[in-house]
Amino acid sequence: MATAITKTKKFKLKRKFLEKTERKLLRKDKIFTAVIITLSAITISPIVLIIYKLISSGYRQINIAFFTETSPDTYEAMLAVNEGNIIPGGILNGITGTLFIVGMAALFAIPIGLLVGIFLYENGTKGYTNLIRNLTDIMQGIPSIVLGLIAYFWVVKPITSGFSALAASVALAIMMLPLIIRSTEETLKMIPISIKEAGLALGVPYYKILFKVLIPTGLSGLLTGILLSISRIVGETAPLMLTALGSMKVNFDIDKPTSAVPLLIWEFYNDPNMVDLIWSSSLFLMIFVLGLNLLSKRILANRSK
Amino acid sequence: MLNSEKITKIVLYLASIIIILITGGMVLTLISGTLPVFKEFGFGFIFSSDWDPTQGKEKYGALPFIAGTLITSIMAIIIAFPFAFSTSIFIGELYRGTKVANFVGIMVDMLAGIPSIVYGLWGFYVLRPLIVDLGLSSQGYGIFTAGLILAIMIIPYATSITTEIIKMVPNELKEAAYSLGSTRKDVILKVIVPNAKSGIFTSYILAFGRAVGETMAVTMLIGNTNIIPTSLFGTGNTMASVIANQFGEADGLKLSALITIALLLFVITGIVNWIGKIIIKNLN
Repeated sequence: MATAITKTKKFKLKRKFLEKTERKLLRKDKIFTAVIITLSAITISPIVLIIYKLISSGYRQINIAFFTETSPDTYEAMLAVNEGNIIPGGILNGITGTLFIVGMAALFAIPIGLLVGIFLYENGTKGYTNLIRNLTDIMQGIPSIVLGLIAYFWVVKPITSGFSALAASVALAIMMLPLIIRSTEETLKMIPISIKEAGLALGVPYYKILFKVLIPTGLSGLLTGILLSISRIVGETAPLMLTALGSMKVNFDIDKPTSAVPLLIWEFYNDPNMVDLIWSSSLFLMIFVLGLNLLSKRILANRSK
Repeated sequence: MLNSEKITKIVLYLASIIIILITGGMVLTLISGTLPVFKEFGFGFIFSSDWDPTQGKEKYGALPFIAGTLITSIMAIIIAFPFAFSTSIFIGELYRGTKVANFVGIMVDMLAGIPSIVYGLWGFYVLRPLIVDLGLSSQGYGIFTAGLILAIMIIPYATSITTEIIKMVPNELKEAAYSLGSTRKDVILKVIVPNAKSGIFTSYILAFGRAVGETMAVTMLIGNTNIIPTSLFGTGNTMASVIANQFGEADGLKLSALITIALLLFVITGIVNWIGKIIIKNLN
């Protein structure tokens, strides 16, 4: 009898102890989860704060003139600011310059990028192919300012003998290349090999398989890669400072200094009279970049349906 | 006779040669540009902290910029780590596959889409006054401000790879731990993290490589003084920002000094990415 009582007592004590430990563990677990959630919330707060700042400080300057007129000179801007008006003029020279420079860069980078991507896909992991793959990786890691410097010595000095849109396009094209190459290779790898073999078995020449089978099948993947690579270079400022330099006029000559939206933001930032224009220009640039991103994700999502 | 088969092969081959020409050309251009500095200062350039462009007694050294780059980048990694890591756990394990995780993932991706110059503006007009208000520094410029903005910029890179790696940890391992009575915290810290640690490490190495090359945002916030930073809130300069700042007015020996810094930057990012690549290769 007595032993039975002590046993139940012991058992109760043990259960109490276990319950206590369990509570402790669960509490620790809850604290851990709370910390993770808090830190994650802080992590995404900058994007909200940045977009809020761009919209709240930038919307006042966005009007039709913002898209149809070139940037004002510093004196006009000063007069407007002193009278409390919004700054006249817009960023047309930047918008056209960005489209011109980025368009030209895409023209250089897309064909070469696609061809090299196909080359890597076709040649597996042989020594030479691996060399190309490694070089592509190295290219992807090169800081954009170094590419600007390179384009300065390759194009600005010898070819256009002065700052030029062409030099900027070369710098941006080198930046785009590795991104397009990798996405092309990855996209092609995902296409079932049987599709390609079916073509080969029918005796279709290889270039026709490329253009009529592989590229159409992987088109959405290839497009996504290209759009993402463009969205990566649109906002680049540093290489443009060493190559395109900037211009107050709309320019479509490849050998003349050209403006771009990020370059204009940099100029506005450095000019106390025009500082009001930085937020609207940044807002425009952001919407442009995010729009490209969303578009590419849309294309990819449609494919996987 | 060339048939279409051969032509296709040759075209593809020629395209691949362009890659060799571009990378080889870059290295040659940079190396030939560094020759004047190399003749003048030798390898001492890397370890010298002089930066004096006065005509006649010009003296250049890369140490302040190398130091500035490494300090800001390391600081960025240290600041980014708790946030990026928590976010990866949030997306990859705690709320895996839910709408909340998807939303957080999209927000983090959007961080990667913001142009560097916009980060710079935001840092200048929002973060910098905040740091002044907190009394941390009188002007708000400096190593800390630059490191902080860099941390925000590299978070998406660190997060995305870590999330993928965390998702790859086999379910059996986690289930085994749960069945033995582990809590979620234990599973994450004692099963997932040890299994994913080299992958997590790699993602921070690659993020570090990103931070090293960042130019605009850092240029706008670091204060641009050509000295070795002496305190957390002191000013300095990084390799990328000194090129952006001084390239416009540079010629002769100074230009060569900037090119040498560009070459060093090229080599450092190359080594960092190469290390990351090797670790990833060993993972597979």
